[in-house]
Amino acid sequence: MTRTMWDSSVGKKTVMAVSGLIMLAYLVVHMLGNLKIFFGSDEFNEYAHALRTLGEPFLHYEWALWITRVVLVAAVVAHAVSAYQLSRRDIKARPTKYVHKKPRASYATRTMRWGGIILGLFIVWHILDLTTGTVHPGGFEAGHPYQNVIDTFSTWYGNVIYIVAVLALGLHIRHGFWSAAQTLGVGSRTRDRAFKTIANVLALVLTVGFVSVPVAVMTGVVS
Amino acid sequence: MKLTLRVWRQRNADADGAMSTYEVDDISPDMSFLEMLDTLNEELILGGEDPVAFDHDCREGICGACSLVINGDAHGPERTTTCQLHMRSFKDGDIIDIEPWRASAFPVVKDLVVDRSAFDRIIQAGGYITAPTGAAPEAHATPVPKPDADFAFEHAECIGCGACVAACPNGAAMLFTSAKVNHLNVLPQGAPERETRVLDMVAQMDEEGFGGCTLTGECATACPKGIPLVSITGMNKEWLRATRRSGKR
Amino acid sequence: MTAEYADYATGKPIADTKAPSGPVNERWDTRRFEAKLVNPANRRKHTVIVVGTGLAGGSAGATLAEQGYHVVQFCYQDSPRRAHSIAAQGGINAAKNYRNDGDSIHRLFYDTVKGGDFRARESNVHRLAQISVEIIDQCVAQGVPFAREYGGLLDTRSFGGVQVSRTFYARGQTGQQLLLGAYQALSRQIAAGNIEMHPRTEMLDLIVVDGRARGIVARDLITGRIDTYFADAVVLASGGYGNVFYLSTNAMNSNATAIWRAHRRGAYFANPCFTQIHPTCIPRTGEHQSKLTLMSESLRNDGRIWVPKAQGDQRPANEIPEDERDYYLERIYPSFGNLVPRDIASRAAKNVCDEGRGVGPGGQNQRGGAEGSSVEGGGGRREGVYLDFADAIKRMGRKAVEAKYGNLFDMYQRITDEDPYEVPMRIYPAVHYTMGGLWVDYDLQTTIPGLFAIGEANFSDHGANRLGASALMQGLADGYFVLPSTINDYLARNPHHEQVTAEHPVVQEVLAETEDRLSLLLAVDGDRTPDSFHRELGELMWEFCGMARTETGLRKALERIPQIREEFWRRIKVPGTGEEFNQSLEKANRVVDYLELAELMCLDALHRAESCGGHFREESQTPDGEADRRDEEFSYAAAWEFTSTGSAPVLHKEDLVFEYVHPTQRSYA
Repeated sequence: MTRTMWDSSVGKKTVMAVSGLIMLAYLVVHMLGNLKIFFGSDEFNEYAHALRTLGEPFLHYEWALWITRVVLVAAVVAHAVSAYQLSRRDIKARPTKYVHKKPRASYATRTMRWGGIILGLFIVWHILDLTTGTVHPGGFEAGHPYQNVIDTFSTWYGNVIYIVAVLALGLHIRHGFWSAAQTLGVGSRTRDRAFKTIANVLALVLTVGFVSVPVAVMTGVVS
Repeated sequence: MKLTLRVWRQRNADADGAMSTYEVDDISPDMSFLEMLDTLNEELILGGEDPVAFDHDCREGICGACSLVINGDAHGPERTTTCQLHMRSFKDGDIIDIEPWRASAFPVVKDLVVDRSAFDRIIQAGGYITAPTGAAPEAHATPVPKPDADFAFEHAECIGCGACVAACPNGAAMLFTSAKVNHLNVLPQGAPERETRVLDMVAQMDEEGFGGCTLTGECATACPKGIPLVSITGMNKEWLRATRRSGKR
Repeated sequence: MTAEYADYATGKPIADTKAPSGPVNERWDTRRFEAKLVNPANRRKHTVIVVGTGLAGGSAGATLAEQGYHVVQFCYQDSPRRAHSIAAQGGINAAKNYRNDGDSIHRLFYDTVKGGDFRARESNVHRLAQISVEIIDQCVAQGVPFAREYGGLLDTRSFGGVQVSRTFYARGQTGQQLLLGAYQALSRQIAAGNIEMHPRTEMLDLIVVDGRARGIVARDLITGRIDTYFADAVVLASGGYGNVFYLSTNAMNSNATAIWRAHRRGAYFANPCFTQIHPTCIPRTGEHQSKLTLMSESLRNDGRIWVPKAQGDQRPANEIPEDERDYYLERIYPSFGNLVPRDIASRAAKNVCDEGRGVGPGGQNQRGGAEGSSVEGGGGRREGVYLDFADAIKRMGRKAVEAKYGNLFDMYQRITDEDPYEVPMRIYPAVHYTMGGLWVDYDLQTTIPGLFAIGEANFSDHGANRLGASALMQGLADGYFVLPSTINDYLARNPHHEQVTAEHPVVQEVLAETEDRLSLLLAVDGDRTPDSFHRELGELMWEFCGMARTETGLRKALERIPQIREEFWRRIKVPGTGEEFNQSLEKANRVVDYLELAELMCLDALHRAESCGGHFREESQTPDGEADRRDEEFSYAAAWEFTSTGSAPVLHKEDLVFEYVHPTQRSYA
């Protein structure tokens, strides 16, 4: 069954849909957590700490976090590798382009590939910036995420990178969520409008939710 | 009407092709697009030139032979087959680009003619119900609910023209394949081969070198028979179901 | 020249020797029992060539392969799925009597013999009616999505002038659905390795060795390569020859080459003049017209046909008041009204147009009379009558009309740019089907042993006129059931121990002839295109061998055809070479055969000095203008034997005996 999945273009799309949905679920939680920043530094830092003690005493310190990280890395890798292989197949399937070119499909649909690449690069930067602190502007302090966030969004490039990535994310989810529903075979003529609406709402909520943080920092609402 | 045509000319499968420009005059808006090309070809023949090769047969929109990409649209600006497109859809003085279907699974045979045998092989892989002649039970033995029969019919309308592949940015054959899967899988007669059918047809589709689906919806927009995009969703569902089941066996 | 060709000799009568005697309803069983069988283990050693992949060819290929024969199959299309059976709209008849409306096998048999105007063989027609029942079962099992009622059972409708609802349908695409069913069965056998399929390959000649059909010469249309293929039997399922008329509802590439070449090699050609002109086609728009589109005649169930009462009335249809309209079919045939058989409806349309009451764009004014202008209408008479749904829309509501005929209305609008919900449709008859074809016996074998003809390619079941929804029935009956039973007998009785190979002198000769013909076409390098000759021939045929025929007209045509033929070989221009994909060459080669077949059609029409079914001789009509059939002289099938190009053929008569359905003058008044 695994073989059938991975060898088939339809199966690989399924892998993309499932991994995409896992990441989407994570993003919803992540976004809600981010909003804690509006309640001040103590509550935000406490929340970040709580993530490390999640599941205790059943789980050891940071285990829940690491489990999440492993699952997420697996999802990102599966998503990216499938996308890469499927894209290669797609490009190979049309070796000669049409002479008469026409703009096709919606913006969200056409930007899935580039959007995906942007998001991939963003994730790397995002981790180096706020998880490991490697490329963090100013002094990165583990355990003080509130200050770290403010540092990042106090630089112009930090804001640009983040906002561009979040917009790309919104577009990606807009087509991706609806697309996943089709790939998993749950879409139907009667449910189509509902799925499209949910996709739009999700895209909008996540975009607004994520963007609100740098905007708040920039405007001084959070400082 | 006077028109400028830019037509893809390619001597054979191995030759390089290029767009050639032709002028046609005295085109009546009542002509079909193919009759307009007939007019061009009559002139070319008399001028000692090779006429433009293109596939066509029934010229009433049902055989699926005609296959031109006109100004970047499979079957042209109207939602119909090329043979049912009329010149009234164009204006005097228009420049019209005419190209063949483009997909690695549909290699060019000559000019605007492509080889679509990949579609036949997808059907051969499982697009049938095994019912040898003479073995059939009485037709009324198995009633089919009308909604199912209508659903089957809507998908069975596919004419196998390949416009879906031509229009898809990925050169995917998902709409073609899903139309047949949905047609046969919804019927009680198709139930015994329900799983193998979808698995084998999808595998063959991949084997032929068609691209994958990114759900752009271009196929359904180009489909002259209106096979809906959700047809692909239905096939995905069948495929997942079959994969789960075959895993259990 | 004319005198020579028309001066045919009458040869020995022929008889169908395979049909058993005895009660008509037992003959098919008897024949199947008497037929020798081929041991299943030996079938693989027998190769059968099938030419064509339409309903007849597709179903035959699939069934023979299922039985274990090695099938080698050909079609000129790029895929077997595109054969022109796909374009049949209306439906398929079967004597299921699901409606309990008095239908039965015997009634379908009766209707078909009568509808064919008593020019078909009783035993064949009865078999067809018997098998019709099994066809529906077979197709449903294959997944053909016939229309169904809410209870899940199959829906039927009344069709083409019969009074029972025995027509099964799949919206307006019955032919497509049945063909795809056969194509899928064929595909299964191709995948299983039982059929060697050659698409884009056109049969150009028949190979007859020691008096038996042993193979064909065919050209790969992509590479231009001409090859020979050998078999123990050859089945022609290449369709009809309606394209002789240039404009017809046939597909552009449908052609008569396979049957004509077989005829030249010794297969008799029967009743070539029996052509069906379909009454409900979209009228032509001008010189550029390349083909005609049929609108299913189911439209006549609810549409009313009319023309203005006054000659030359040029007002738009909606401005012509009710009392100035002539619903001529309802007037002349009160009990059948708009549902009279095809030939009658067609001729009536021609008559009103001849009277100068035709409608639609075209010439400014009309000239009366049958000789009225040529085909294109430019400056001449108008060719078109109204098919009006205003009453139906009032009665059933637009929704119901849309549900029933929506796709046909859409098609009409796409082609004509007129909205049939608002203005009446315009229709005019067009060549649609050819009842004539290769003469076959009860086993569907031609006069060349080992050569079988099925579907529209043979002449057998429809007599002088085919009823609506019977073509699909016959194609599938022949392919699924009849041929696969009868061919066993031939193969069992004629085991071919010696292989025919390409080196055989006969094969070499046939191959060389084919190559020479194509080389010659390429060598002339004249100044006229294949299409221009085809169009000229078609116009001539439509004028003189179309809906109404006269001795003078036919003689004129017989004089003209050899002239066109002569000019063809002097002035034809075919660009390119034979060793490539060359559509002009394909076309020119088909026109060569049309130019000979047309002559035979005219001769057959001339010799049959009676009116029957689709063949209407103006000299033979009743005082009120109806067809006058003359049974004492013409109750036979005319089977013609080829002699040489342009020379008189020999007529062989097969007398028709009617034991069950006694000939009466058809009356639909």
